[in-house]
Amino acid sequence: MIAELGLAALWLAAALAVLQLVGGALALTARGSALGDLVRPVAVVQGLLALVAFAALIRVFAVTDLSVRLVALNSHSMKPLVFKIAAAWGNHEGSMLLWVTVMGLAGGFVALVERRLPERTMLATLAGQAFVSLGFYAFLLIASNPFERLATPPAEGNGLNPLLQDLGLAFHPPTLYLGYVGLSVAFSFAIGALVTREVGPAFARAMRPWVLGAWIFLTLGITAGSYWAYYELGWGGWWFWDPVENASLMPWLAATALLHSCGVLAARNALRAWTIMLGVVAFSMSMVGTFLVRSGILTSVHAFAVDPQRGTFILALLAINIGGALTLFGLRAGTVTEGERFAVVSREGALVMNNVLLSAILGIVLFGTLYPLAAEAMGAKVSVGPPYFNPVSALFFVPMLVVLAVGPLLRWRQDKLDRIGKGLALPAAMVVVALLAVLMIGGAGLLPYLGLALGAGLAVASFLPLRDRNLRRTPLPIWGMVIAHFGVAVALLGMASESAYSVERLVALRVGESTAVGPWSVRLASVDPVAGPNWTALEGKLEVRYAGGAVEVARPQARNFWAPAQQTSESSLLTRWNGQLYSVLGEEASDNRWQVRLWWKPFVTLIWLGGMLIALGGVLAVIGHVLSDWRRIVARSRIADRRESQGR
Amino acid sequence: MSRALFRLGLVLMLAIAAMLSPAVIAQEMESTAPYAYRQLDDASQEAKAQKLMETLRCLQCQGQSIADSDAPIAGSMRSLVRERIAAGEQPEAIRSWLIERYGDYVSYAPRVSTLTWPLFVLPIALIALAAFLLRNRFVFGRRA
Repeated sequence: MIAELGLAALWLAAALAVLQLVGGALALTARGSALGDLVRPVAVVQGLLALVAFAALIRVFAVTDLSVRLVALNSHSMKPLVFKIAAAWGNHEGSMLLWVTVMGLAGGFVALVERRLPERTMLATLAGQAFVSLGFYAFLLIASNPFERLATPPAEGNGLNPLLQDLGLAFHPPTLYLGYVGLSVAFSFAIGALVTREVGPAFARAMRPWVLGAWIFLTLGITAGSYWAYYELGWGGWWFWDPVENASLMPWLAATALLHSCGVLAARNALRAWTIMLGVVAFSMSMVGTFLVRSGILTSVHAFAVDPQRGTFILALLAINIGGALTLFGLRAGTVTEGERFAVVSREGALVMNNVLLSAILGIVLFGTLYPLAAEAMGAKVSVGPPYFNPVSALFFVPMLVVLAVGPLLRWRQDKLDRIGKGLALPAAMVVVALLAVLMIGGAGLLPYLGLALGAGLAVASFLPLRDRNLRRTPLPIWGMVIAHFGVAVALLGMASESAYSVERLVALRVGESTAVGPWSVRLASVDPVAGPNWTALEGKLEVRYAGGAVEVARPQARNFWAPAQQTSESSLLTRWNGQLYSVLGEEASDNRWQVRLWWKPFVTLIWLGGMLIALGGVLAVIGHVLSDWRRIVARSRIADRRESQGR
Repeated sequence: MSRALFRLGLVLMLAIAAMLSPAVIAQEMESTAPYAYRQLDDASQEAKAQKLMETLRCLQCQGQSIADSDAPIAGSMRSLVRERIAAGEQPEAIRSWLIERYGDYVSYAPRVSTLTWPLFVLPIALIALAAFLLRNRFVFGRRA
């Protein structure tokens, strides 16, 4: 009953999306303007109906209704409740339903609150949003119905991949999807503005919170995903340049470029066509990411959902949406003037450099990710991995860090480098000192050295924009920028330190034997069986001491899940201020020895701390922008009221 | 008679179960691939081996290097890399040997070839494209 309710809500939502599209498009013509009033309420109800469908899916998963095919395939009655619920979106159909739900709610929210833009632009925007949604509704209803029933329900479900039965991963996909779909709003705004040719600061201010919001979720999603891979896969790696990781990185790169160009458009009415273009590209990257992950054309640790037929459907959607948007862009871009001009040495100039470099990195990641697929299609198998991505992206990332240090100090329109030269002396000195220090310590490669030196300089430089400012009166978006840029420096220091100074120790220990890794001494005290709700495990008890200090205990596990039957290793992480001790219990070797894998990773936690700081910067910026927009609206309506009362 | 058969069957089944248990597989790995989970004693050789292992693909797994995988083939390949490094072979020679055996797919570092040249032209092309696009974007001198 609940499943049928969900399906009905989904069909109704799709029907309303048709109405929203047709109504919005007709309202743009002279005759159909009466339909215009309909579009906003329809968008809201469409979003709510999608939410009803999603709630229904959560419900059938929560009660493990095995007569629903999706539940039988992906869940199990013996799982903890939180993983039963997470299983609802841990599969293809459910994640697509989550996608349309978020997209519908976002569209409804825009329809409800956005009043700044010209009504025609809004109608075109909402029609665009409906058009994109409609493709995904069709995909769900035709090719991947999540509510399909089984004639004979099985006695028990298949269970969820044990690697996914982890709190971090339960919330990683929804976070990324919020980011992906937030960019769909930016995309629709771009389409709306292209249709009515109204691109300007007001448009940028309307689009910016959505871009920032999406970017925050993408940042958090990538950070969480990286940490998950780090502790769950059991080998201490935190970024593999795996296609699925790249799929989340590409929209992030585009969104980062977009939010910076949005800033230029909002403040200076420049980079109009470029910002529109990035709006189209950013969401295209979200769709490419979804296609890569959901179609199963990749061979990757992440590709848990595999179905090539559906891939064709998503590819068609991709072609229609991106192709359509780019065609529209090609037709209209000529009539959207580029706006105000500026000098090379200026804030705009630095932001353009930022955009160009980010786009170049995006190009490399996209090309490097798709190239093996293209080669395979032509009958040759190649792999493109870290040895390619690291140096080639560094080629563009290093100059970007320099621009990142200098850019925020420059004035709009035109400036002189002499003016800010003095201020940059301190970070430049930091770079030199750090470089000398790491060269003296030695033992690492060129890229980690560069990372440590530039990270140290950038950490100082990121605070320079606060100089000569009254800190109490500094606007929130400035604080946001400072914290986000500082976060980049922190993450960079973590990455460089991890790759330069990690120590690895692989040993086979008898119970009672000891070993050492970096400054730690480690003793295998015991190996005992333990049991969880749907697994049994062997748990090693490691007594560890940092530099002869107090004894601490690490408990890595080798887990055996029984539904589905699979082994995972639960690593144990001991976090100190200056790094993490990472331990894994492996198989039992001959003569009662146990394989133990140990890593000491100095300052590795800075990677994810940096990621969170970047997201925090975004949050401050959103709050700042929304508050000032709101104040502006209130002030304007007050002036209008006063005029009206004076008029009488 | 039937009881003897039953016993024999039971013993056989237990033996098969024991052979398939992870511990036995691990012990067998120890003899066929001694360096799968063991480091080289010489730290500089181990560092060399580690660096190479991080750039070789585990052929059985999906998108993992042999340095990040518990798959048996990854273990054998790690052992092979460590043994050859210990014997004094250069990392690039080992990579070439593996590519000859398993194809380009095994190496995460694409070599410049008729197949892969676009990967290396791309960064240069991107720099050129950026310079071209930016050419008209800026107003130089005092006109701004």
